[in-house]
Amino acid sequence: MSQPARRDVLKSLALGGGLTLIVGPVAHALAPRPPGQPADPATRWALLVDTRACKVDCAACVDACNREMGLKQPTDPDFDPAHDAQYIRKVTLRDPDTGHTTAPPVMCQHCAKPPCVDVCPTGASMQRADHIVQVDKHLCIGCRYCMMACPYKARSFVHQDLTDQKPHNPRGKGCVESCNLCVHRIDRGEPPACVAACQRDGGGAMVFGDLADPNSDLNRRLAEAGGHRIRADLGLDTGVYYQGL
Amino acid sequence: MSAWPQRRRPALALAALLLALALALPVLATPAAAAELFPQVPAAAPGTECLAPPGEMRRTHMDRLTHRRTEAVRAGIRQPAESLTRCLSCHAVTDTHGQVVTAEDPRHFCRECHDFAAVTVDCFSCHASRPEDAPR
Repeated sequence: MSQPARRDVLKSLALGGGLTLIVGPVAHALAPRPPGQPADPATRWALLVDTRACKVDCAACVDACNREMGLKQPTDPDFDPAHDAQYIRKVTLRDPDTGHTTAPPVMCQHCAKPPCVDVCPTGASMQRADHIVQVDKHLCIGCRYCMMACPYKARSFVHQDLTDQKPHNPRGKGCVESCNLCVHRIDRGEPPACVAACQRDGGGAMVFGDLADPNSDLNRRLAEAGGHRIRADLGLDTGVYYQGL
Repeated sequence: MSAWPQRRRPALALAALLLALALALPVLATPAAAAELFPQVPAAAPGTECLAPPGEMRRTHMDRLTHRRTEAVRAGIRQPAESLTRCLSCHAVTDTHGQVVTAEDPRHFCRECHDFAAVTVDCFSCHASRPEDAPR
């Protein structure tokens, strides 16, 4: 039996190494998922908000979210902030020492260890394989434990009967709901409506991407300038990062 | 005291029943009468094809929808061809003004049968009961 020549072995090793470099870690770019395929557990969808590019008086993300999900707009005459659902809120922060004011959007922070899922008695509050936290409204009994458990006030309860909901966002009286990162858009390969609107009509402050993909734009920006997570001390490993806070 | 002897009464009742049936049967046998008795299920949009023959869909649609909903919401497995949205799109019912009716209307595709069977479904307390682009 002939031994492989030393040169051939070295050549094959070099070729293998080169291929590894070219392929690198598996990238999870935003792409339409074919029908019948489940969400990818190797993905962690996340958001980055650069508050320096987020104008205090801009609400493009909020408007886009309300339109996409079929919610009332805060400008509607019958809008009731105490009862009507809000998936994103612009929270105005003012430093009393310097007077510096920012108004970052705050939505479900898509925790890796979500307290809403921990407390849900029916399993309605759930985390999808790609780490999107959402409510399976088929199981929700409207107990609102999740609303009390969420430190970010991200969840809303539907108080009234509704008609003509958006087909991609079924919602009705007696269920809790919140931002689900526009799962219907992600599944067809589009970014969430708030991010698309911010890039188009706002200051381009919001970036959407895969935290598990080291080559994603989101991770590159985080590596360059860092990022803060709200109430990181709670150890919930949230999926929404903020810069400039 | 009755004009008929006591022991002949059951025979009389049977005769009356048979007479009533004999009178009613020709009326029931007409297509118009049958249409009034059974739900008039609206035809699907022309050129569309259902997942299974009507008889099978009548028996299994609830299981199909429940199975798919769990897969779609919890696992993210989307099957547009087998979704509720697709059912409502092919089976949209238009009223006399050309507008697609909602589940509030007894002419809605789902309600035609469910009203007949006295089954109340709560799908439409959350799901839209007509296509998003339907004339309204």
